Amino acid sequence: MPRDAYQRELQHLHDQVLILGSMVDKAVDEAIQSLARRDFDRARGVIDEDRVVNGKRFEIEEQAIRVIATQQPMASDLRATVAILYIIVDLERIGDYAVGIAKITLMHADKPLLKPLVDLPRMAEKARDMLRRALDAFVAHSVEPARAIAQEDDEVDALYDQVYRELLTYMMADPHTIDRATWLLWVAHNLERIADRVTNICERVVYEATGQMVEINVSTY
Amino acid sequence: MVRHSEFTPSGDARSALAEPEPLGVRGHAMRTAQLSAWYGAQQAIDGISLPIAPNRITAIIGPSGCGKSTFIRCLNRMHEVTPGSPRVNGHVYLDEQEIYAPGVDPVRVRRLIGMVFQKPNPFPAMSIADNVVAGWRLVGGYRQKNLDEVVERCLREAALWDEVKDKLHQSGASLSGGQQQRLCIARALAVEPEVLLMDEPCSALDPVATFKIEDLMLRLKERYTIAIVTHNMQQAARISDYTAFLLAGDDRVGRLVEYGPTSEVFTNPRDRRAEDYITGRFG
Repeated sequence: MPRDAYQRELQHLHDQVLILGSMVDKAVDEAIQSLARRDFDRARGVIDEDRVVNGKRFEIEEQAIRVIATQQPMASDLRATVAILYIIVDLERIGDYAVGIAKITLMHADKPLLKPLVDLPRMAEKARDMLRRALDAFVAHSVEPARAIAQEDDEVDALYDQVYRELLTYMMADPHTIDRATWLLWVAHNLERIADRVTNICERVVYEATGQMVEINVSTY
Repeated sequence: MVRHSEFTPSGDARSALAEPEPLGVRGHAMRTAQLSAWYGAQQAIDGISLPIAPNRITAIIGPSGCGKSTFIRCLNRMHEVTPGSPRVNGHVYLDEQEIYAPGVDPVRVRRLIGMVFQKPNPFPAMSIADNVVAGWRLVGGYRQKNLDEVVERCLREAALWDEVKDKLHQSGASLSGGQQQRLCIARALAVEPEVLLMDEPCSALDPVATFKIEDLMLRLKERYTIAIVTHNMQQAARISDYTAFLLAGDDRVGRLVEYGPTSEVFTNPRDRRAEDYITGRFG
């Protein structure tokens, strides 16, 4: 096959996206674990590690720009390169949401959790599962799985509603809980946004494979 | 730049204009129907049906030997004067008039449908001015006053006037390659063609001269209908409105594989072979 070096560059770009994806997946897990266990070292680890995530994102962006400048990718290669430029932004933002959660963990330094976490870890697990499968679809250029994953955003939205209603009851029953309930609500919001970002990634997977720019699932929030 | 989502025949395009057609806007459409060509027993292209939209640039791309030069040479009946027992079958229409119809004068066809070649080929023994009007003289222009006007008009249209206006009587061979190519374009414009065919007009030029020709083509399409054969995929992507991809099979016969708006062909080609060629996986 001609242009072997070019093909290797494109493959390398794809691989780097997967690495970035697994970094932010781990960050989300670490963040929610740090909250569930009030593990402040772990939370600080997530915050520190975000610098590495951001660095990786810029590294991929620079590589993609270099490929465009030097190889002039066309057709499916062009779509893949452009899709990657967008996907890494979404991945980096997911990393930022993990940092947001870790910071909320640190806010609990002198206060216990309002309640044991039940739905928040479920939201996190769901969002991470969507993220991992979206990256699988990205690797396999699979349109239908990408569309299906984006639809699952509704489940995360439903969990968010549930968390919101539950936290409201705490706040109404005892105004002293309002600050801690609000913190947990922020955590839920960060998780909800993560699933939205996964939806964006799925849209890019569809674009890369088909050239169609579509909004697959409009979030309720 | 205006992009049509699909080919618009010239009649519809013009009737859609509310105002009368401005002077100098021509809008001549071409199309081929089941066009085939041979060199002796070897067929070169087979059954190509392709629209060439008015006042647009249509790029014809494809790997070496796919028949794109043969195809473009059929568009102004130059194929039949190529050595090697040439033969043409099928139809080529200019404004829905068959240019291969009996009684059509091929010389008149070549006047209406001009050609610019890969290698700049000004007449070396002639001055710049004489080069411009060489073809025009042959078709009956000779009054001196008018002649100066023609020289200036064509050199201006070819974006060469400012560079040569003070040396119109020097040899055409004294110019740089890019200038020579623009001189050849000026010569082609002098006979007032309706369509300009360009067969790899930039492949012998450096990047700066290439960009000048490309800018020129973008201006010329306001007045002329342009078809260009190019090996340079980025060039096709940059300047053309429509792209046709030809490919020869194992039988070495070129066929039309993909045609569409350039923006679509270069971002999302429908045909796997067009995709592989455009992304550089073969060819």
